[in-house]
Amino acid sequence: MPLRSYFARSRVQPGAPGMHSLSVQPGEWRVAAEDLAAAGARLVTLWAQRDGRTPPTIHAAFLVEHDGLLLNLELRDPDAPYPGLDDLFVAAARLQRAIADLSGLRSSDPDTRPWLRHVAWPSSYRPLIDPPRPPTDRPLQPETYEFVRVDGEGVHEIPVGPVHAGTIEPGHFRFSVVGEKVLRLEERLGYVHKGIERRFTELSILDGHRLAARVSGDSAVAYSWAYCQALEGMTSTKIPPRAAWLRALCLELERCANHLGDLGALGNDAGFAFGLAQFSRLKEKLLRATQKALGARYLMDAIVPGGTAIDLSGPDDLIQCVRGIAAETATLRTVYDEHEGVRDRFNGAGAVVPELAARLGLTGLAGRASGQAYDLRVDQPCEPYGEFSVEKAGSREGDVAARVSVRFDELKESCRLIEHILAVLPPGPYVAPISAPRDEMLGIGLVEGWRGPVLVALEAGPAGTIRRCHPHDPSWQNWPVLEHAIIGNIVPDFPLINKSFNLSYSGHDL
Amino acid sequence: MLKTLRQIASVGIATERAPQADDSLRLQESLQAQIRAVLGRALCIRQIDAGSCNGCELEIHALNNPLYNIEGLGIRFVASPRHADLLLVTGPVSRHMEVALRRTYAATPDPKLVVAVGDCGCTGGIFGESYASCGRISNVIPVDVAIPGCPPSPTQILRGILAAISSNAGTGASGDRG
Ligand code: SF4
Repeated sequence: MPLRSYFARSRVQPGAPGMHSLSVQPGEWRVAAEDLAAAGARLVTLWAQRDGRTPPTIHAAFLVEHDGLLLNLELRDPDAPYPGLDDLFVAAARLQRAIADLSGLRSSDPDTRPWLRHVAWPSSYRPLIDPPRPPTDRPLQPETYEFVRVDGEGVHEIPVGPVHAGTIEPGHFRFSVVGEKVLRLEERLGYVHKGIERRFTELSILDGHRLAARVSGDSAVAYSWAYCQALEGMTSTKIPPRAAWLRALCLELERCANHLGDLGALGNDAGFAFGLAQFSRLKEKLLRATQKALGARYLMDAIVPGGTAIDLSGPDDLIQCVRGIAAETATLRTVYDEHEGVRDRFNGAGAVVPELAARLGLTGLAGRASGQAYDLRVDQPCEPYGEFSVEKAGSREGDVAARVSVRFDELKESCRLIEHILAVLPPGPYVAPISAPRDEMLGIGLVEGWRGPVLVALEAGPAGTIRRCHPHDPSWQNWPVLEHAIIGNIVPDFPLINKSFNLSYSGHDL
Repeated sequence: MLKTLRQIASVGIATERAPQADDSLRLQESLQAQIRAVLGRALCIRQIDAGSCNGCELEIHALNNPLYNIEGLGIRFVASPRHADLLLVTGPVSRHMEVALRRTYAATPDPKLVVAVGDCGCTGGIFGESYASCGRISNVIPVDVAIPGCPPSPTQILRGILAAISSNAGTGASGDRG
């Protein structure tokens, strides 16, 4: 069936612009997903709502060109496996395993290994449904986790992590190698699972943005904005123009800070410590200017329901700082481009060609470096991005060099946007009054964070409570692609390739 | 190469003076005498993310930038707990990291210091204690100094580290040792 027939039957979904929602019958769920896959739609996320009051429901959010579609499937028998989408969308496999871990609903995927659950709770306990458990005083016995084995002459396994050598988030990597060459990588994540989705249900809905900001600290603005967008959509709250512009300012500052950090770290991983020194200095300058203008180095609490918590004070230093960063970054880019050692390490490393990227669903910044030219700021702009004509960055090479080059392009563009925002920031209030939404309403927030699209699905409970909140990080899409990107590369290149994706553990593990 | 040199020359030395130790952050007297002896050489720090949102890590990374230049203060980040004098721990401790944290602590030679970083490290922060979170660091391993903030700034982290190793503070009366 053509996609427009689904959209024709859908209703407008409160929250992010262009989102639609459609409840489907069991027989239609797979057909619709197949039609969406065939039309090139991208799966953003899957989550389950199972609170015992209404029939359990599986939600799947897709992006299609300039629109989004939410499919909702009510399950008649929660004990029967629901039809999985893992054969159509690679990211679905782990999302379905996470649903089983947290809500006890199983998909048809024969891979029934746990994903987020290690030792903290037994498989009989469903963290999102069952009453809170008093913490046990002793950790449970770890279950064995079956990694896929690679057989063959001279193949051996290298387990790495969860605790890594540097200041990095914890996760486990299992390499199968011949000599130095990687034949296969299998990730095991979930180490920093700290019960975020459950925690949301204990907060008031007008307070949940604070937790959203802390899903992944490097994307605090993206998450808190997405949360507030969902909430404001449900309550039909119109935020003041100044608030929307201030939010965009915060989001672009967040993008700049992360790109500066990564560009330095990538230089360092390529053996060019000069790059780290320079870019980390620029990042520090930016954070200090941010603090001066907006009150904090990291904007964990800048975005609040109805607008922002802070107004801009004295934009001049920030303008100067951003101009300086744009100029210095341009110089540093030629330094990177001309440095033979750096070029040598960047070019061809960890390549994901566009066809593979499309098939695996590579998203966000890394996707744009592999020919997946999607950016919500352009494709589905929320206020005020419609007024900015953001230039999309992109490459088709898909290697470390391409991910570096996309960062350089986006940094430049974000500096331009910041200057523009600071020059013409609309006057007026920066926060509007907002009250709690009606029970059972659902809102979807969708924001292009620095790493990629961040989605927050928020369902209101009675009297200002949260019934369900599902935050989704683009790392869910990109972690499985990293397993492909490393194949055929050598183990010593893994830190560089991994860094070039710079995926979130906390945002994924929740 | 010329561009690189020109950039180095035009930036000059960016390092600032180190902040003073903030002894108010000190939670308890610990193995001072030994650590003071250790200070004859570089202090070696092992960072452990026990469940953080990664925000605290960003500010820990910043300590290595030229403006704070933590190496210039004689502090080094090391890859193995076996080489560490001090563990710099972030996060509420996720239950999935509990064992790894205990093991890392056990693998660190005595005398050792533990500095908990961030509101989460101090109290469990917004995540609290749950089926998946053990809450604050001192619920799992003994903590000498806890640095509040979300995330604490590099200066605050540096003050906390200096408080942990400074010789003239603390009373040993804190009940934070778990
Ligand atoms: S203290 Fe704040 S920045 Fe640090 S881990 Fe906790 S939430 Fe993240």
